[in-house]
Amino acid sequence: MVRLAAALRQHAEGASSVDLDVPPPASVGAVLDALAAAHPAIGRRVRDESGALRRHVNVFVGADNAKDLDGTDTVVPEGVEVTVLPAISGG
Amino acid sequence: MVEQASINASAGDVVVLVGTTKGLFALTAGPDRTDWTLAGPWFMGEEIYAAALDCRGGRARLLVGATSSHWGPSVYRSDDLGGTWIEPEPQTLAFPEGVGAAVAHVWQLQPAGDAQPDVVYAGVEPAALFRSDDGGQSFHLNEGLWGHEHRPQWQPGGGGLCLHTIVPDPAGGPRLGIAISAAGFYRTDDGQNWEAANVGIRAPFLPEPAPEFGQCVHKVDRHPAEPDTLFLQHHWGVYRSSDFGGKWEEVGADALPSTFGFPVVADPNRAGTAYVLPLTSDMFRCTPDGRLRVYRTTDGGDTWDALGQGLPQENAYVTVLRDGFTADRLDPAGLYVGTRTGDVYGSPDAGESWTELARHLPPVLCVKTAVLR
Repeated sequence: MVRLAAALRQHAEGASSVDLDVPPPASVGAVLDALAAAHPAIGRRVRDESGALRRHVNVFVGADNAKDLDGTDTVVPEGVEVTVLPAISGG
Repeated sequence: MVEQASINASAGDVVVLVGTTKGLFALTAGPDRTDWTLAGPWFMGEEIYAAALDCRGGRARLLVGATSSHWGPSVYRSDDLGGTWIEPEPQTLAFPEGVGAAVAHVWQLQPAGDAQPDVVYAGVEPAALFRSDDGGQSFHLNEGLWGHEHRPQWQPGGGGLCLHTIVPDPAGGPRLGIAISAAGFYRTDDGQNWEAANVGIRAPFLPEPAPEFGQCVHKVDRHPAEPDTLFLQHHWGVYRSSDFGGKWEEVGADALPSTFGFPVVADPNRAGTAYVLPLTSDMFRCTPDGRLRVYRTTDGGDTWDALGQGLPQENAYVTVLRDGFTADRLDPAGLYVGTRTGDVYGSPDAGESWTELARHLPPVLCVKTAVLR
């Protein structure tokens, strides 16, 4: 399951989370691929067209930021939630 | 699709789009351009570097390039003056798969002339040109410019390596000019093969004073009836070309308080008439002497007059960015200036007199206008 930041929910018909069918062991990248396939408007907000995670977007695997692990190669253990949140940044 | 309040305007009304660092606003007035109404914001919290109201081919389509600092850039369109916005999915203003680049900002959305009512050009960072043949619904990359042999040597300016200016052929031909900071002015006769066209433009910030490319062109504009005559505001220096950039001649060096500035606007009705907005220097990018003044030439750049009636003339240390100044297509031309301090000024008489149209907006990134048909 992927939990969505409030600002992204308008692009998922208001849902706060999305259940995705990604066979284990799944990487963060594979989860984001599935998320983008289900909701393209969310997909392009999380990663740019080169596939890079946007600078001010954080993807958590459980409580850990994927940027502190192996980035989009981070393996998501079965049953662990992925959460997409905007970073504390801006002006 | 998100429903919002729309711009309240009808045929003959003048609409001035104001793109800011925190969203899009719109000012509307009748043809006399005296009683203005402010609407917005749309796209709250997003940077609006590019906007256009496309009134060709019987449409009244708003096109907006918005960038969220979190969620990235996108191009939206509205066919009901802002009541509803459509974001194409997948986003079509994007680099093709395999290019390995990503759009950081949409810097310019430029409808072509009336002869090409479905063509819209887009300039982006990193410097690239896109073209739409369906009124801005989908875009494709100009491969010729993207693969230009000079590209590895182009250097980003303060705003990044951005393609910020597009000069289409008003007759609908394939000839096109673009400007990139800091690569200079480039032109093409066939839409795919591009040549640097900077002969005569000095580059005092480079070791070689007159390089083939690398100039920091800030803005280029031209009179629609004289498409070969271009006016150009460089990082230092105002220039004119009479052969679409074949060679450039500096103008105004002895008449302007500073030749540093960002925007240049060609009068839509009178060939040889153009406007600039000098800033003190590249080290102090504010209006000289604390006075906000537009300078106008009516003789192709030989002489310049200061226009400041109604503009703040005391303690006005103001910055106007490259797209913060525009003209409508009425006669006399209406002029519109938006500042980084969030004020918008308008003139209904080609700069002779000015009034404040809005204040306390977020910093203004672009000002664009159209008359509804």
